[in-house]
Amino acid sequence: MVDFSRVWDVLVIGGGNAALCAAITAREAGASVLLLEHAPRDFRGGNSRHTRNLRAMHERPTSVLTEAYLEDEYWDDLLRVTSGNTDEALARMTIRVSAQVTPWMEAAGVRFQPSLTGTLNLSRTNAFFLGGGKALVNAYYATAERMGVDILYDTEVQTIDCDDGFCRSASISSKGFPETVRARTMVAASGGFQGNIEWLKQYWGEAADNFLIRGTPYAKGRVLRNLLDQEVAPVGDPTQCHAVAIDARAPKFDGGIVTRLDCVPFSIVVDRAGKRFYDEGEDFWPKRYAIWGRLVAQQPGQIAYSIIDAKSEKLFMPSAFPAIRADSIAELAGKLGLPAEALQETVQRFNAAVQPGRFDNMTLDECRTAGIEPPKTHWARAIDTPPFAGYPLRPGITFTYLGVRVNEQARVLMKDGRPSGNLFASGEIMAGNILGRGYLAGFGMTIGTVFGRIAGREAARHAAN
Amino acid sequence: MEICNACRYCEGYCAVFPAMELRRAFSDQDLNYLANLCHNCRGCYYACQYAPPHEFGINLPKVFAELRVQTYAQYAWPAPLARAFERNGVLVSLIAAFGVAAVLILTMLLQSSGVLYSAHVGPGAFYTVIPYPVMLVLSAITFVFALLAFAMGFRNFWRDTGGGPVDGRAIGRALHDVFTLRNLGGGGHGCNDLDESFSGARRWLHHAMFYGFLLCFAATCTASLYQDFLGMRPPYGWFSLPVVLGTAGGIGLLVGTVGLFGMKLIGDPAPTARRLLGMDVALLMLLAATSLTGLLLLALRATAAMGVLLAVHFGFVLALFLVLPYSKFVHGVYRSAALLRYAVEMTPSRASSSSSAAS
Repeated sequence: MVDFSRVWDVLVIGGGNAALCAAITAREAGASVLLLEHAPRDFRGGNSRHTRNLRAMHERPTSVLTEAYLEDEYWDDLLRVTSGNTDEALARMTIRVSAQVTPWMEAAGVRFQPSLTGTLNLSRTNAFFLGGGKALVNAYYATAERMGVDILYDTEVQTIDCDDGFCRSASISSKGFPETVRARTMVAASGGFQGNIEWLKQYWGEAADNFLIRGTPYAKGRVLRNLLDQEVAPVGDPTQCHAVAIDARAPKFDGGIVTRLDCVPFSIVVDRAGKRFYDEGEDFWPKRYAIWGRLVAQQPGQIAYSIIDAKSEKLFMPSAFPAIRADSIAELAGKLGLPAEALQETVQRFNAAVQPGRFDNMTLDECRTAGIEPPKTHWARAIDTPPFAGYPLRPGITFTYLGVRVNEQARVLMKDGRPSGNLFASGEIMAGNILGRGYLAGFGMTIGTVFGRIAGREAARHAAN
Repeated sequence: MEICNACRYCEGYCAVFPAMELRRAFSDQDLNYLANLCHNCRGCYYACQYAPPHEFGINLPKVFAELRVQTYAQYAWPAPLARAFERNGVLVSLIAAFGVAAVLILTMLLQSSGVLYSAHVGPGAFYTVIPYPVMLVLSAITFVFALLAFAMGFRNFWRDTGGGPVDGRAIGRALHDVFTLRNLGGGGHGCNDLDESFSGARRWLHHAMFYGFLLCFAATCTASLYQDFLGMRPPYGWFSLPVVLGTAGGIGLLVGTVGLFGMKLIGDPAPTARRLLGMDVALLMLLAATSLTGLLLLALRATAAMGVLLAVHFGFVLALFLVLPYSKFVHGVYRSAALLRYAVEMTPSRASSSSSAAS
């Protein structure tokens, strides 16, 4: 049983990758550490439990990464996806430190897949966790427990008592009981607010009711809101979130990776009136899938339907939910709840507009349409071979960009630019400093690991003084 | 299975996941194959973001364990004996008890008490209690029948899961996987033997049991060579080949079975099929009893206890041979067959490795 009359050296708020890295690092430095996880034990680990890999710079092949991935290429990738919405000094530091984290992770119990198996296309840039993010989280918790980090599950931090940027205590609800926790330093690693539908509605209106949240329901943003209300400097566009189109049959929360649908570029996508609304073949799917969440969110009822024929069934990763199949377009429309005539007309017009060309799903091929709006610029083939198949799509929210501003010591900055006396941040709650827009596979875990380590080290150092 | 195939985070753990990735839809036959390919290491359970209490409730080790027993019944030969897998723990225990009782009672009825309860030494001592032809015929019949049943089960599995030719390299790879239990390596870091933590204990205990069993078998073979070709009749000296092999094997078998039994008692029950525990425990205990009585017989063979001990040991051996094809032992047959199918599937010509993108 945890003794709430104690004063801990470091209070870590959150229970995902960034929180665990901070807690373990602070404990390694000799600090007493209390980690508060909002979720119950079975769902611990925040969004980290749904992750799979970490993007790491490296100058030569390692046991878990192939070839080389140098700072400038990494930076270029980041600059491209964020369109400049980043902080170069923080970003380059993160990239450089990422070259050193995998040995520390292995020492902390994390296991990686050997670089040669499976997902070859990413094994140059990303190190894959054996078993995925939940296995990583399990390993970190086991290590933290062994080292003597105090851990409370089912424990939500409600407010942090700060005085001009100096935090003394936190009011918490632990398994339903109100308590106060005192600590010399605090690390906020409690994620974004994508699990808070009411907050999303501030920017998206009632449409947010139809959003699916791909990750943890415990990312309520309560600590983030509380800090921003106490003169902490914000970072990132509060209205923005990373939204992809996922299978509409996915659970409201925690559907994770298996709800993804990669069929869009080989399909036509229609709204609930049976009309197309965007170029499905604009670019390769990995480069386009993040715009489709927003596109679907903008359609009436926040729903859309991806429709393919038998020719395309095996061109994409299998999905967790079965395709809805029918032998005619009209029958398919009935099964999907779409107006049959409108869908038949859309398909007929699309088929008539398809230009001859050689189909190649591995390149930006020459199969396109002419004379319809919107066009489909690649992989356009007539939808004419039964059985036809449809998948319903909804926006799936991965994370939000709003966060707290930090410096290179992971210290939280106040609105007037001064650093906080004893408050640090790591993970999604500060990722907007570096990833202000877009998405780079495995980079969230890199930010969480790098800043978790820095925050844990700095917090322990501050507590010791 | 569709959820697993859309996720694929576990592909580094064992052969089940690469085999799964070769497929998009899963027939009953595919599932029979994958279930028997599963070594029950549980890595995928503890790593699974969709494990209970998640609403998807994915628990592959448990589902596969239950499915495996169904396949044991489905592939059993002769087919009517499939029912032996219904309440297998009880059946195996009863046969063990009856086997021992029958041999003991028959020995007592047929031998004078003077023979049974006095010490015998010198060549042929054992046969004064139970005549050699009796031992030979009973063991041979039950053992040869077991081999035949294994072969037919193997054939049934192979046909059900798609048949097809096999080449030498695939056999070599499959044998390597069988003899090393590579898939109980958890991708090189151990398995979740008891709970979330990783260990190699189950693999090493299984090795002790498996190689212990093989050594005991080798001991029997060398003994029969000694007797039938060299004319040397047992008991053999402490440092003779049959006794050394048998002692080492017996100890390995005993350590392995008792250790595995202990792990079943203290392990996390969530990823297991508790319903099937009886089947596992019955065979483990029968093997343990066989090796324990064998070792005791060796230790006390020059005393008056030899007669009874020999009868008990022979009873256990006979019961073991009798139940082999209708016990947990058959998992070895179908696991090996599944590994062979895996080796065939994964030969370079067909392994068009599919790749998945990041989360």
